[in-house]
Amino acid sequence: MLGKLTWADIPLDQPIPLIAGVAAFGIFGLVIVWVLLKGWGPYLWREWITSVDHKHIGTMYVFLAAVMLLRGFVDALMMRSQQALAFQSPGYLPPDHYNQIFSAHGTLMIFFVAMPFVIGLANIIVPLQLGVRDVAFPTLNSVSFWLTATGALLVNLSLVVGEFAKTGWLPFPPLSGITYSPGVGVDYYLWSLQISGVGTLLTGVNFVTTILKLHAPGMTYMRMPVFTWTVFASMLLIVAAFPVLTATLAMLILDRYLGFHFFTNEAGGNVMMFNNLIWIWGHPEVYILVLPAFGVFSEVFSTYSGKPLFGYRSMVAATMAICVLSFSVWLHHFFTMGAGPNVNAVFGIASMIIAVPTGVKVFNWIFTMYGGRVRYESPMYWGIGFIVTFIIAGMTGVLLAVPPADFLLHNSLFLVAHFHNVIIGAILFGAFAGYTYWFPKVFGFRLDERLGKAAFWCWFFGFYLAFGPLYVVGLMGMTRRMQHYDNPAWYPWLLVAMVGALVILAGILLQVAQLVVSIRNREQLRDTTGDPWDGRALEWSTSSPPPPFNFAVLPHVEGTDAYWLMKQRAIERGAPGPEPVYQDIEMPRNSATGFVCAFFAAFLGFALIWQIWWLAILAFVGAFATFVVFAWRDRTEYRIPAAEVARIDRENRASRRLALAQMEPAE
Amino acid sequence: MSFAARTTAVGLGGEGAAGAPSVPHELSELEEKRIIVGYGFWIFLLSDIIMFSSFFAAYAVLVDETAGGPSGRDLFHLDIVAFETAFLLMSSFACGVAIIGARAHRDAMYYGAMAVTALFGAGFLFLEIREFLGMIAAGAGPQRSAFASAFFTLVGCHGVHVTLGLMWLLTMMAQVFAKGYRPDIMRRLLCFALFWHTLDIIWVAIFTVVYLLGVVVV
Repeated sequence: MLGKLTWADIPLDQPIPLIAGVAAFGIFGLVIVWVLLKGWGPYLWREWITSVDHKHIGTMYVFLAAVMLLRGFVDALMMRSQQALAFQSPGYLPPDHYNQIFSAHGTLMIFFVAMPFVIGLANIIVPLQLGVRDVAFPTLNSVSFWLTATGALLVNLSLVVGEFAKTGWLPFPPLSGITYSPGVGVDYYLWSLQISGVGTLLTGVNFVTTILKLHAPGMTYMRMPVFTWTVFASMLLIVAAFPVLTATLAMLILDRYLGFHFFTNEAGGNVMMFNNLIWIWGHPEVYILVLPAFGVFSEVFSTYSGKPLFGYRSMVAATMAICVLSFSVWLHHFFTMGAGPNVNAVFGIASMIIAVPTGVKVFNWIFTMYGGRVRYESPMYWGIGFIVTFIIAGMTGVLLAVPPADFLLHNSLFLVAHFHNVIIGAILFGAFAGYTYWFPKVFGFRLDERLGKAAFWCWFFGFYLAFGPLYVVGLMGMTRRMQHYDNPAWYPWLLVAMVGALVILAGILLQVAQLVVSIRNREQLRDTTGDPWDGRALEWSTSSPPPPFNFAVLPHVEGTDAYWLMKQRAIERGAPGPEPVYQDIEMPRNSATGFVCAFFAAFLGFALIWQIWWLAILAFVGAFATFVVFAWRDRTEYRIPAAEVARIDRENRASRRLALAQMEPAE
Repeated sequence: MSFAARTTAVGLGGEGAAGAPSVPHELSELEEKRIIVGYGFWIFLLSDIIMFSSFFAAYAVLVDETAGGPSGRDLFHLDIVAFETAFLLMSSFACGVAIIGARAHRDAMYYGAMAVTALFGAGFLFLEIREFLGMIAAGAGPQRSAFASAFFTLVGCHGVHVTLGLMWLLTMMAQVFAKGYRPDIMRRLLCFALFWHTLDIIWVAIFTVVYLLGVVVV
């Protein structure tokens, strides 16, 4: 009746995950009860859960990423404290639990923090930067989000029901095969990622179509802001790489569930094929995450330097070069496979070549600041901190790309320090810069600067304290994922790393405080003009928060930095442009399709993990029926009358006129 | 999905759009929507083809790993495969006819051709399942060897696509019956046709890489 699920699967003998899980789901339940008691249910349902507005969907993505960041960071603290304690002692986490923690930490941070953060920012900003009213397929966008949320839910469910994978964030066979991982941990991993992977793929399809096909008049490719370009490259990579992940995980599922022999040791299976396939997805995945972060920094450096981005065309070319090259380096993740010196040399050199377009970008950002009037707002702190940190990450990366060096450093904490250097120093710093930079656009008020800067310094120094020592112990030969160790030379370094993790914790707490304080002081921090940073791209040309239709009349683009040009023209004229002729606007209606579909997908995933076949069939039929019901709708759009559009836009124009009076023409 | 196209249609007009990469202004709103929906669906199909390419790669790596069991030469019957191929191609032809019928709003042609499409698709599935069952009965099921695993997965994944396509086909017949040849239904039909033809493209690759190369004596 319930497949493999029995009472024994509730980990009553393991207090840490059980208490953590019960507490997390308890808080989640209390929040739901509180929302319902306050009578906010209908509002949440209407404005958020069923919303197909790209700004709302993007905000929910970022919210999901923030919550999962907390969960993933708790895992990180447990790992650091375990290694700080486990010198010549077993520490406090048994190996069985410790292995689940590092697996869950990596899985969560990549798939449910970095991905939704980046995709969320893209959702909020790309349609605004293109000067359009939504993405190409708004309901599909909602489906994508809810499938991602379903994946996150399943990973967290493994805390209380069953267990999570103990195989690391990539489940390499034969360890992940049914012989060596007979539990449901790997199945939780596989089905969570399959479900959220469908969501990610659909996002990729949606954004490639949006960016190639939807533009405001005059928005040619070479006038698109660099953030939009980098999102485009990232979404192309999603379309080209995520199907490989789906196929690879499907093969592992078949091995585990039906006794196939793709990656087994017997009957001709090929274990190294898994490494090849997973990294053909995995290396582009790095660029899926980091390219949009580069895009955020391009916007930030240009805005706060009061200058157009230096070398716009070379930036676009470098982005697309990285996009293509990212598919030619996967083998550098397993030089030790023994493919031979020639193969390793080819992939080593290809890996080093990627440093060239990346270097172009770094110089472009520096030259953007050169000669500009640089304003040190907190996004610039993240930006400059990023350049310094990312250069170190790049150099250790090029070092790892040298096959003989890699043979020594492979699987060591040096590698762990390197990729955290990229992921924290570039992707997370970029996400935080984007969060601070675009927060007023979404909510209509700025974030507190003082706390933001304090949070930056904690993250910045915390990062060096936490991961500098890992470079050192890695060079001393400490391998990754050690539950305990006996080498006294490593011990002081791991204590320092623990302190670093605590400093980062202070940074996270400051960020939470920043949000709370900013909400409390929102009237003083209010952005009345829609353009709080003297911005350059089209998202700043509309009000903060933007109306549901984004633009009353689609903007007319005449060059790169479209809004900057409009602003300069208005300043010269001393007045904004003449009032446009307003027309009725049709917008897509809300749809519960995404939410209902994810509801069934959650049951489908759970049923497949525990092999409850009747429930799986029921859930699949439910999901299919949801789509049919969606396809049967007759009214898909609602109309906003011209008078209403005019009323909203006139308010925006009035506040702009006030702001305009105080501006001076740029030289 | 219908929201897509309005963007350029409501633009300010005038000279600004010259050189814009978006859909030209002269197109009507509905034509723009059709292009955007078809374009987006093609991007999805490309991703689907990439997924198949992973299964092809796995098959190419594992094709000789028969673990002492039967190989393609022992198992494949080209005459059945010829029928399968013919059924799929006929099905695609009928699908094309159905689309013409739908564009001309000719009920008999649309429903008739869709039914023929479904019948040939089901016939293909019947032959494929029979082939699979025969192999399993002969002790060459997917658990036998890495070669068999890769074969069943690659060809079976195509079969799953055909099955889902049949579910979609029947839904589309019901939709046209309930709603008529509405523009949004016609856009969905366009996507269905693209999907059905893509399965042919993938079958051509399977026919060549799996079956033809499988029986060649080197």
